[in-house]
Amino acid sequence: MKRKLLMLVIALTACAAVGSAQSRRSLRINEVMVQNDSNFIDDYGCYPAWIELFNSNFAPLEISSVFITDDPGNPTKYPVPLGDVTTRVPKRQHVIFWADGNETRGTFHLNFKLKPGQENYIAIYDADGKTLIDEVTVPVIAPNTSYARTEDGGDEWEVRDGSTSELYVTPSSANKIRGVNPKIQNFKDIDANGFGMTVMAMAIVFSALLTLCICFYIISKIGASRNRSRKMEAQGMVVAETPREARPSHDSGEEIAAIVAALHQHLNVHDRESTILTINKVKRAYSPWSSKIYSIRQMPRR
Amino acid sequence: MDFGDFLLNNLEQFWHLTGFYNATWQNFVMLAVGLFFIWLAIKKDFEPMLLVPIGFGMLIGNVPFNTEAGLEIGIYEEGSVLNILYNGVSAGWYPPLIFLGIGAMTDFTALIANPKLMLIGAAAQFGIFGAYMVALLLGFAPDQAGATAIIGGADGPTAIFLSSKLAPNLMGAIAVSAYSYMALVPVIQPPIMRLLTTKQERLIKMKPARAVSQNEKIIFPIVGMLLTCFVVPSGLPLLGMLFFGNLLRECGVTTRLAKTASNALTDIVTILLGMTVGASTQASQFLTAQTIGIFALGFMAFIIASASGVIFVKLFNLVLPKNKKINPLIGNAGVSAVPMSARISNNLGLEYDPSNYLLMHAMGPNVAGVIGSAVAAGVLLGFLA
Repeated sequence: MKRKLLMLVIALTACAAVGSAQSRRSLRINEVMVQNDSNFIDDYGCYPAWIELFNSNFAPLEISSVFITDDPGNPTKYPVPLGDVTTRVPKRQHVIFWADGNETRGTFHLNFKLKPGQENYIAIYDADGKTLIDEVTVPVIAPNTSYARTEDGGDEWEVRDGSTSELYVTPSSANKIRGVNPKIQNFKDIDANGFGMTVMAMAIVFSALLTLCICFYIISKIGASRNRSRKMEAQGMVVAETPREARPSHDSGEEIAAIVAALHQHLNVHDRESTILTINKVKRAYSPWSSKIYSIRQMPRR
Repeated sequence: MDFGDFLLNNLEQFWHLTGFYNATWQNFVMLAVGLFFIWLAIKKDFEPMLLVPIGFGMLIGNVPFNTEAGLEIGIYEEGSVLNILYNGVSAGWYPPLIFLGIGAMTDFTALIANPKLMLIGAAAQFGIFGAYMVALLLGFAPDQAGATAIIGGADGPTAIFLSSKLAPNLMGAIAVSAYSYMALVPVIQPPIMRLLTTKQERLIKMKPARAVSQNEKIIFPIVGMLLTCFVVPSGLPLLGMLFFGNLLRECGVTTRLAKTASNALTDIVTILLGMTVGASTQASQFLTAQTIGIFALGFMAFIIASASGVIFVKLFNLVLPKNKKINPLIGNAGVSAVPMSARISNNLGLEYDPSNYLLMHAMGPNVAGVIGSAVAAGVLLGFLA
């Protein structure tokens, strides 16, 4: 019993650890501005460099105790403080950290500055200070220019200088703004009559149920052959010596229905509906949850 | 202000809050529809478990009141009691709970004994996608077309689940339409079945299904969930709960949980789901030209689904050996109106041959239809969400 309990605790702990690691891994460095001359003002009216993080998960993410650093040799340079409700990032949302070297200004002000005119290494580490969540090396970029992922959480990066309508700087907002759902637009443009959707969807529905069908065909064959073997053994027949046609066939529902009907007529018992009769195995399964000893409040001993 | 004016002013204000002052003709139309549903359920015994809560919900949702008074009583007003209950519909967590109950109630024996019947459940889903094509022709956007076409799956919870994700603004009309047509299955399906089958086909007798061991019944929900959800992960909320409920039923050691899931839990959720869906049909949102389009499409989807199930069986019979032919009268049961459409197969079979009981055979495609429509909903959600 103790061993089982221990295994259960270990399994649950492992699941919790994996779950936590998975959610933290969804945090991404999404956009960085190294030299902010006149772009985005912080809550003190200044123009510091900024780092935008993005929660790529579809669940809120608590980022307190995550470390942000610009030094590969010091992964725990800035710990995001505990106890601040604003460190919970909603699903698919952004949060800005100001790299102004002035952490006394609040949770989102880092204790280091980014260096204009040179490459900047930025990384985020998990609460253990060892597990790397994301890192990026920002190349040398001009003032008021950002280095950003082409779309939120994507793999490709680009320099954004606002020169075209696509290359705008987007602090605290989506790197790619979409007015319409691209999936729906695609169906509208390419599959206007729905034929493609019908063919694909019917193929998927058929393949899902066909796979299930084949799977159960195989399972039923194995089950039937095992039942037949057991039946033959019970009747004293040897499977290998008995010709195929002499082997007993599997039980049909009709035989069982006849037995049940006979029992019903003889015993006059039935379930809630008069057409259903269930034959239950008589057993007393012990469980501490159903035990009276544990469920009735015990009187205190004097 | 003297006391008389004070009384008059307050009474006037109260008069402005009453339903009589705020009523519009649309409210009365919807109240009449609600009363009609209640009448259908009580007098005609059409799906009373669904139509009574939906009908009464319509009455609740269409009592007129001053929406600008900030009373927090309307279903769409955040924080109101009705709005809190409606969250199960709008966030889509009532339908998976209903599926848990359906799983705990459903006996998949017929399907396990004769797995090829699953294909009928798959074929009947053509009703959904046939209606999807027509909806696009009528000018619906793809997401709205998908949400509307799911009515063809003849599965209320699935229709509510999908429409809450793809087209929340159409959910009231889609849910009412789906449940109305499910109630009308005994009227809609028999003429289609008669039209598409010959007398000879209707007399086909199917071999009795083999007995299914408990091991197979236990393996079915586990393998079924894993296989279908690996193919269509977006169907996980519905399929996961359906098969979980079935495992509770079949494993033999969780009888108490299975009983709760299939009785108390399902009853509670059905009450809340039906009532809030009914209440969501507020006249201002419900009485539109689009609603008429949704009802027309839903009707067509039902017809296509029933017909495609029957036609598929006829085609399937061409390749089956003579002693394993399937009676095409069970083809209609591929839609997932459980167990109504299977009962119709049985009744029609008995009409032509009083010794031809098709009920257990029809239950196979019927429960396959439940799985098929959940898979189809998952596919639509995956493509369009």
